[in-house]
Amino acid sequence: MSLKELQRDADGHLTNNKEWTEEIAKELAAEEGIDLLTERHWKVINLMRKEFLEKGDAPSIRKLTKESGVDTKELYALFPKGPAKKAAKIAGIPKPKGCV
Amino acid sequence: MENTGNEPIKKVSIIVSKGSLEGIYPALIMANGARMEGIDASMFFTFFGMDAVIEKRMDYIKVATVGNPGLHMSTIVGMIPGMSAFATKMMKKEMEKLDIPPVREFITMIHDAGCEIYACKASVEMFHLAKKDFCKEVDDIISVGQFYEKSAGAQIIFT
Repeated sequence: MSLKELQRDADGHLTNNKEWTEEIAKELAAEEGIDLLTERHWKVINLMRKEFLEKGDAPSIRKLTKESGVDTKELYALFPKGPAKKAAKIAGIPKPKGCV
Repeated sequence: MENTGNEPIKKVSIIVSKGSLEGIYPALIMANGARMEGIDASMFFTFFGMDAVIEKRMDYIKVATVGNPGLHMSTIVGMIPGMSAFATKMMKKEMEKLDIPPVREFITMIHDAGCEIYACKASVEMFHLAKKDFCKEVDDIISVGQFYEKSAGAQIIFT
């Protein structure tokens, strides 16, 4: 399946997170202007997915930085213009519901 | 600035004038939330709001238990020694559950997220303070005029 065939919500997040693959993640990242997903990006993306699949929501920025070892500055550098939303999109999960 | 009504917000300037926990946190949450959404943000601490960025005060921010009708507590009860510390402890516990950090950690997090942090020159002079009295995240002490210059194109929020 390529990204074009998948259903997405108004913000462009996948509606079915089970359809997500690493290849799809690369396509989603390119849409967000991230041409290359580094090992640091993957650390964040994988943690976002894991937390969502376990708890039903993406982690807060604080939890994300504490558990991934990627600090706030780096997080904003990896995912410019809104890290939580962007990382969630690339991870194939909905926009985080939390305020922090 | 002209806003047609449905233009997405690109920049916010948040003024914090109160030094109680309930005066400071909403502003911190809004500033952090703005950065999370990719919105540029700056914070301007004035009057007692400066307590949130004063090195010796920022770890001791408390809920106001007197003159705070939202707590539904009579003034006489709110006056009991230790009541403010107790209410603060309860509230901090609830905030921790939501992953809302303590003031110092929150200020660092917001600053690392790219939010600029300023203290108000008039207030600094009034309280006989200097740059060294503030936490390292405070970028500068600026006048009202400078604040407006830096807020060009921003929505200004006063708390």
